[in-house]
Amino acid sequence: MIHNAQLIKQGAEAKVYLAPFCQRQAIIKERFAKAYRHPTLDKKLTSRRVIQEARCLNRCQKAFIDTPTVYLVDVDSSLIYMEFIEGCSVRDYLTTDDGHLPEAQAKVAKEIGTALGKMHNIDVVHGDLTTSNLMMRKESGSLVLIDFGLSYVSNLIEDKAVDLYVLERAFTSTHPNTEVMFAQILEAYGQNSKASKLILKKLEDVRMRGRKRSMLG
Amino acid sequence: MTAMIALGLEGSANKLGVGLIRHDMSTTPPTVTILSNLRHTYHPPPGEGFLPKDTALHHRSHILELIKNALAEANITHKDISVICFTKGPGMGGPLTSVATVARTLALMWNKELVGVNHCVGHIEMGRQITGAENPVVLYVSGGNTQVIAYAEKRYRIFGEALDIAVGNCLDRFARVLNLPNDPAPGYNIEQLAKKGTKLVDLPYTVKGMDVSFSGVLSYIETNAPALLASGEYTEADLCFSLQETVFAMLVETTERAMAHIGSREVLIVGGVGCNKRLQEMMDQMASQRDGKVFATDERFCIDNGIMIAQAGILAYQTGYTTPLEKTWCTQRFRTDEVFVAWRE
Repeated sequence: MIHNAQLIKQGAEAKVYLAPFCQRQAIIKERFAKAYRHPTLDKKLTSRRVIQEARCLNRCQKAFIDTPTVYLVDVDSSLIYMEFIEGCSVRDYLTTDDGHLPEAQAKVAKEIGTALGKMHNIDVVHGDLTTSNLMMRKESGSLVLIDFGLSYVSNLIEDKAVDLYVLERAFTSTHPNTEVMFAQILEAYGQNSKASKLILKKLEDVRMRGRKRSMLG
Repeated sequence: MTAMIALGLEGSANKLGVGLIRHDMSTTPPTVTILSNLRHTYHPPPGEGFLPKDTALHHRSHILELIKNALAEANITHKDISVICFTKGPGMGGPLTSVATVARTLALMWNKELVGVNHCVGHIEMGRQITGAENPVVLYVSGGNTQVIAYAEKRYRIFGEALDIAVGNCLDRFARVLNLPNDPAPGYNIEQLAKKGTKLVDLPYTVKGMDVSFSGVLSYIETNAPALLASGEYTEADLCFSLQETVFAMLVETTERAMAHIGSREVLIVGGVGCNKRLQEMMDQMASQRDGKVFATDERFCIDNGIMIAQAGILAYQTGYTTPLEKTWCTQRFRTDEVFVAWRE
């Protein structure tokens, strides 16, 4: 790894470093080996995810969806070099004074819904949509989708519906009383996604599926 | 009142549990004493699961004796009991109602208040009490439930869960394929066999965000087990080992993601599968890689028991909560996040 790399975050999947790269600031995402996982399984999952992440980021970029630009991929060392986004996460934003205003929330919700609609149109499924993985650029305020560590390409209605369901759960569990905001996200999603009718219908099914799980103990 | 005693009755699945717990309110926090914790388990023959009808019959046949023994072991009489707590759900209908009927009858005979308890919340409160974990991410894993839970604003919120079958159900059903005994528990016998396994079979690994899915891995291993065993390349132990390594990795991964998401350093494992030593070890390896700590309990408190119902019930009772007789019905579907947690800040 490049020297002068500075560890800025340890997520669940990877360590994230900030480092200079070709005259600019870059993020280096390093997937580290998981001690708890069987080495064979660990290796399989890690290399698969590095490749999928880079592929999906690239695919989004080509479709003009705001995502970090990929600079370099090193599969053997499980490293991805990408653009450093200056800004704050939607998660943090929603806890600020501004973030509590209904108008501000409606604006962010619309951007989220639009971005997700466009992403699903090109068959990218994010796989880990939480409010921590949605950022807002400091300068333009543009919404950026980050952390494609669990993303994959799929044209299945099911996968896209589950993607939305994961976000819904992240919303209700992290930000209580934001049901209105999530409804606004779905509204914008409906206007921007090609197969939104089918996907939103499937989302109803997926919600029921989650509920069933409370049956036995 | 300086001390309270709660009787807890649990029978949502194949374990019948009776527990007595005392909270001495003269100290802060209250001093908690477990007076008795008895369990009687229904074991169906190998290759079979427990059916609701047979399980309910088992509970009905043993509950009175178990309550008498619990009172004798605690060395108290029914007059000392302040409140009777029972499992309202989730669980199997027949077994739940058999136990609730006894709870109601005793409450009327002895003139006591009733508290209906959510089974999952019972597991969480018991785990917190025993381990002293303050605000952990909770992994609740059993035969019927798989949930990653964290507390926020008066509710235990579900961050992730199994989208189809529970992890314990997956293990139990594979035990049936191998015809392993149900005594003491099918999952326990898989765990013992897995210790001898060395070769990893490549199995489907399904994590969808915070959620997990076990039906794919189960049908894969159910379908392919006979051929894998017949080839002589893998043993039964290898299959148990591979299944455990794969499904537990999925659980640890989602738990870690929840910890990273909410910024917590504590994990509490509860539920029957939570006594699995390999799961505890893997969780410990994950936690130490991120400076965290794992809290787990042994089989007395991990596996369904009456004490956990008494503990969750008495906490609610202390905030003035009781369940009126006409609302003491049971429900098979009762989500963890439906309970208003009045007793926590």
